[in-house]
Amino acid sequence: MKPPSIPHHLFDRRAFLKAGGALIIGFSSASFIGDAFSAQGVAAARGSVAGPPDPKQIDTWLAIQSDNTATVFIGYVELGQGSSTSLLQVAAEELDLDMKQVSTVRLDTNVTPNQGGTYSSSSIARGSPAIRAAAAEARHALLQMASQKLDTPIEKLTVSKGVVLAAAANGSSPQRSVSYGELIGDRRFNLAFTGTAPLKPVADYKLVGASPTRNDIPDKVSGKYVYLQHVRLPGMLHGRIVRPRGQGAYGAGAKVSTLDEASIAHIPGARVVRKGDFVGVVADREWDAVRAAQQLKITWDVPATLPGSDGVYDAMRAEKTTDHVVLQKGDVASAFTQAARVASGKYHGPYQAHAPFGPNGALADVTPDSALVICSTQDVYATRNTLAGVLGLPPAKVRVQYYEGSGTYGHSCYDDAAQAAAILSQLAGKPVRLQFMRWDEHGWDLYGPAHVGEVRAAADANGKITAYQYDGWQHNWSAVETSAQLALGTPAAPWRFGAAQDVNPNDCGGMYAIPNVRLINHEVPALGYLRGAWLRSPLDLSFSFASEQTIDDLARQLGIDAYEFRKRNIASERWMGVLDAVAKAAKWEPRPPASKVSASPADAKILSGRGIGLGTHLTSYGAAVAEIEVNKETGQVIVKHMYGAIDAGLAVNPAFIENQISGQLVQTTSRMLHEEVTFNKTNVTSLDWNSYPILRFEECPEVTPVVVQRTDQKSTGAGEEVMAAAAGAIANAFFDATGVHMREFPLTPKRVLASLTRV
Amino acid sequence: MANEIKLRVNGRTHGVFADPDTPLLYVLSSDLQLQGPRFGCGLSQCGSCSVLVNGAETRSCVTPVATVRGKSITTLEGLPEWYAKQKKLAKAPALHPVQQAMIDEQALQCGYCFNGMIIQAAELLSKTPQPTEAEIRTAMNGHLCRCGSYPRVIKAIQRASKAIHGTSVAEVAGEVAR
Repeated sequence: MKPPSIPHHLFDRRAFLKAGGALIIGFSSASFIGDAFSAQGVAAARGSVAGPPDPKQIDTWLAIQSDNTATVFIGYVELGQGSSTSLLQVAAEELDLDMKQVSTVRLDTNVTPNQGGTYSSSSIARGSPAIRAAAAEARHALLQMASQKLDTPIEKLTVSKGVVLAAAANGSSPQRSVSYGELIGDRRFNLAFTGTAPLKPVADYKLVGASPTRNDIPDKVSGKYVYLQHVRLPGMLHGRIVRPRGQGAYGAGAKVSTLDEASIAHIPGARVVRKGDFVGVVADREWDAVRAAQQLKITWDVPATLPGSDGVYDAMRAEKTTDHVVLQKGDVASAFTQAARVASGKYHGPYQAHAPFGPNGALADVTPDSALVICSTQDVYATRNTLAGVLGLPPAKVRVQYYEGSGTYGHSCYDDAAQAAAILSQLAGKPVRLQFMRWDEHGWDLYGPAHVGEVRAAADANGKITAYQYDGWQHNWSAVETSAQLALGTPAAPWRFGAAQDVNPNDCGGMYAIPNVRLINHEVPALGYLRGAWLRSPLDLSFSFASEQTIDDLARQLGIDAYEFRKRNIASERWMGVLDAVAKAAKWEPRPPASKVSASPADAKILSGRGIGLGTHLTSYGAAVAEIEVNKETGQVIVKHMYGAIDAGLAVNPAFIENQISGQLVQTTSRMLHEEVTFNKTNVTSLDWNSYPILRFEECPEVTPVVVQRTDQKSTGAGEEVMAAAAGAIANAFFDATGVHMREFPLTPKRVLASLTRV
Repeated sequence: MANEIKLRVNGRTHGVFADPDTPLLYVLSSDLQLQGPRFGCGLSQCGSCSVLVNGAETRSCVTPVATVRGKSITTLEGLPEWYAKQKKLAKAPALHPVQQAMIDEQALQCGYCFNGMIIQAAELLSKTPQPTEAEIRTAMNGHLCRCGSYPRVIKAIQRASKAIHGTSVAEVAGEVAR
């Protein structure tokens, strides 16, 4: 067999590692060369020392090249949301450059600053202030240099496209100029970053608030874009992991019972690598690794300790939980006794999967005293720390580089894949490229946890909400990755940090002015359930599904239109802004919820309904309207049109936010109608797109996104903050169409028919 | 031991050493280092590995390489030339009209599924130049997107359809003028 050919532009691997250079090879030589000799070249020159680079230095944040372009070093990853363009808008704005003059590099623990992970839709909110301040300070330093060079006071200098102009002393003398590139090109600033330079006033913005197109799209449509899945290392082996199909209970373990290494002896170059109960195969050729993993004879001891997806809510509700009061104000008990109307319900939300469209993978080159790991982590520095622990190396000896994979929507298997690749490389003594198979990603995900919500709300006769109580049950996220557990026996442990694991006061009544509120979080023990992690808009769909249906129930009881009822109770002007914006977009006509149900003929097969909802995640304000049809005979729900509005403060690039809203509306439709991780007593049974169906073209709603621009407010998240509202709107549209509250999602035909017959 | 298999990909013939049952995807991505077709499920469920085989959209992840000997394989990278040949253009455009329309509509989010989206849409427009929205949805239904880009993909295909129609008219006019 002929080994795979190595592209001629590859260099010696070890020499590259020593040089700390651009070791990574994308297939497309065009984009590789582009990277290597422009922005990525600058990064490579910096990459010889373990990061993070000193955040108190201007050079950490940006560099000016002699061709009068700037490279901006950003600690947030591109995930298809456009932040690698929008953060450059922020830098270009302060530097007075145009978009063609700015670029960025992929994240790399030897190169890019540590801004924390790309979590909670915070790239702009938490990422942009440092970038804006560093760019402003660099501009100030450049103006000081220009002032000397042009012998002109700073106040008389202006900048256009990186060219500093000195105003002519009088009408006759020619205007003089010097470019940033001429002032400092390819040299370091060597300046402390003090954060004291004045920022450009918002009123002067030209780029921020405009919508330049995304930098990444042209290469993505032509096939030139290098996704993680395209990256290769010289001399590497292809690896696959071997695990039981579908995870069992977190903490219960999976033990190898029998393993017959000879069963893959017929596959050329394929061999088993094993550490504890971590099993993988490596081979020279990819297909040989794939079939070796499939043909390896192995049996597992897997305990039958899961509650099963049908019994999970009862099991959670029966647990001894750790409770805490998230919010307590007023006197809830007496408010309920005095109320004119009370609505209540018990609601269930399922485990849902990240299910990235291209499964995670990673490349690793582990030597006895160093490691390079290339993966799609949302947080290169956090991944470096956990990898160091798994490999037994100091963090500074581990270099982690980010390449975009397919959309991840939170903590999918990227850390697990990074650890698995590192273990495979350590054991094989060679660089390894690991690609998870579809069943690995679906079956060993860290799912968005299941949820039980019990909600009660009361209103007075004037339509004012007077009391609200929410009790929520769910387990925490998982702190230990599967690879570490299997290879090292690291015990399972719940994640301790992170408010997004608890009942969210923003979704649970927070959008309404309610005098008496009590929110209680019941933390279910994490061990014994499925692995969990943050999934885009963590738990918010479940909260809103329960809470917003309860609000609509009050409106129905009072005979008030759902939009009007919300306006009457709205908590703030910003919530009102998105509510009004979405109602206007949807041309909302007032009538009480479910008021058409009795008027529709008894033999009508299709019932139509519309619903409105409010919700968010941790920041920003979201509102949505859903228009749906319910087929009474088949139980099928079709979402016809979704409208979504967001107020995320200053929208740096409104067009990107519109695209984010559209995606959120479609993904929420998918999650409300189809998505549910199923499992029996021993393992997850949702292992591919047939056993974990998602929304398809034929049932995709029309979408109308609305961005409420607030130039006077600081930027907040926009990547997930409409989903809760959309979930509530869909549930309320179902109620409007049928007069029935769905108590559990997804709204599958079977579940819909069962609900309709119960009435 | 693997024998040499001759494959015609994007108009060029390549000799590859692979077992005959190797899925075409691994040959295209590992041996020929093409970045269009990519792994998504390996089960013919999602469409990320799509290529055109003699002009028909095909899931390369489940297509044994031996079965496409002698056939014409087109990947995302080869679409502009494939289009030029189909339209009898003297020179291939930089991008297939569907690719250009995806940029114009800023249709992508992560973009990983767009290999399949673009391949399938190109096949659709080659057979049905002016599809209705319902025809677009049906033709595209076997391609999944997790980011929720479907509405913009539909718009982009409609835009490409118009562009192709406009181009053909202009080309014919150009021919006559010459």
